[in-house]
Amino acid sequence: MLFKNEYDVIIVGAGPGGSMAARVCAEGGLSVLLLEKRQEIGAPKRCGEGLRVSFVKHLGFKETEGFVTTMIDNTCLVAPNGKEIIATFSDDKGSILERKLFDKALCYKAAEAGAKIIAKATVVDVLKENGKITGIKAKIDSKTFEIKSKIVIAADGVESKIARMAGLDTKNRAQDIDSGFQYEMAGLEFKNPHRIYLYFGTSIAPRGYIWIFPKGKTVANVGIGIAGDNKKTAKEYLDEWIETQPNIKKGSIIEVNSGGIPVGGLLKKMTLDNFMVVGDAAHQVNPMHGGGIEEAIIAGEIAAQVAIKAINSGDTSDKTLQEYNGIWWKIRGKNLEKIKKYRNLVEKLTDKDMNILAGAISGTALIDFALGNGETVVKILMKNPKLFKLARHII
Amino acid sequence: MVSKIDNEKCLRCGGCVSVCPVDCLLLDEAKGIIVDAKKCTSCGVCVNFCPVGAFSLKKED
Repeated sequence: MLFKNEYDVIIVGAGPGGSMAARVCAEGGLSVLLLEKRQEIGAPKRCGEGLRVSFVKHLGFKETEGFVTTMIDNTCLVAPNGKEIIATFSDDKGSILERKLFDKALCYKAAEAGAKIIAKATVVDVLKENGKITGIKAKIDSKTFEIKSKIVIAADGVESKIARMAGLDTKNRAQDIDSGFQYEMAGLEFKNPHRIYLYFGTSIAPRGYIWIFPKGKTVANVGIGIAGDNKKTAKEYLDEWIETQPNIKKGSIIEVNSGGIPVGGLLKKMTLDNFMVVGDAAHQVNPMHGGGIEEAIIAGEIAAQVAIKAINSGDTSDKTLQEYNGIWWKIRGKNLEKIKKYRNLVEKLTDKDMNILAGAISGTALIDFALGNGETVVKILMKNPKLFKLARHII
Repeated sequence: MVSKIDNEKCLRCGGCVSVCPVDCLLLDEAKGIIVDAKKCTSCGVCVNFCPVGAFSLKKED
């Protein structure tokens, strides 16, 4: 295999954050090495595969790409008492991806831009000189290589070890990570395959929710995300719920996925000398719905732009790379922190509270709430004496 | 006591690696999760977190 022993930037992990960073760095004229430990990029997924269409376009793709399985018009939120609230996306649509194809498509773009990508290449350590990162040590084809770089970007997912090896504490506290489990199911029948369903209730999904994301008329991701400290496992909760749903129960399981979703504890510090961390490894996830594709890609873009500037100026010190920290916190971090506060509130809701909410609030207001614009929801909560106390927590 | 992993059940998602407070877990693509029994304090965080219940606390061999 042809690769050099030195690059401007080495990126660890070829998920959406890593491949976006690789693409932007390569487009900016840097020499880039992107390493992925799995033998196939994009598989197995750990994800519900939802992404808004405007973001698919932002990446330079069309909505008709092969990796877009279904377009989504609206969300149906189901309260514990069964009441359904339909939330229609006003100025955008959703899409359910085939991650295996999407992640590869992002890699194609990175490779076209000139990045070198190697799958089944495990980074086992970072190289340091005088305490500063100078590259990585990787196992490729069972041989160990030392490869140098001016900057290392860790995009190695929730289980990130690279950032820890480099000296950043990226551990999640038990209360800051959700436990996720999902089946991709076939042989289902959807009257409306352009609608996703979210089911709420403390007995079916404590401090979380169950989702159905259709990938066409007969296939869907059926999953659950719950707080990571429950008595039963995420799988047990989902299996029990599916038993009560004849329309889902009749389906076949074609894929089994699980994952840790870092929904709390955003990192205040995401850089060191010659080092940056992006994506799940940096806990960059929407704390309300648990989505992380978009967050990782945005962070990958920002990190790459800062890396290009730093390398061109010949100064890749922590102080220079901290610009990534600053920009990310300004455009994403602040909002995600606000959403985290909303989540803390939602976690306190009893089934009764949720039923009251479902009777009082429009779907659009709930979508806004999940995206960080919670004013409408707060106003409604304030009007209801039973929910007034909860509302006070978020204003 | 020490944390034991059932790698037949494990789906290689790596979530446990990020919650282990003493950093004693490693995700190996081929083998699954590797527990460093010397470091493990049997706190049980991985047991509670694991989406498929692949961990249990057992007596040390």
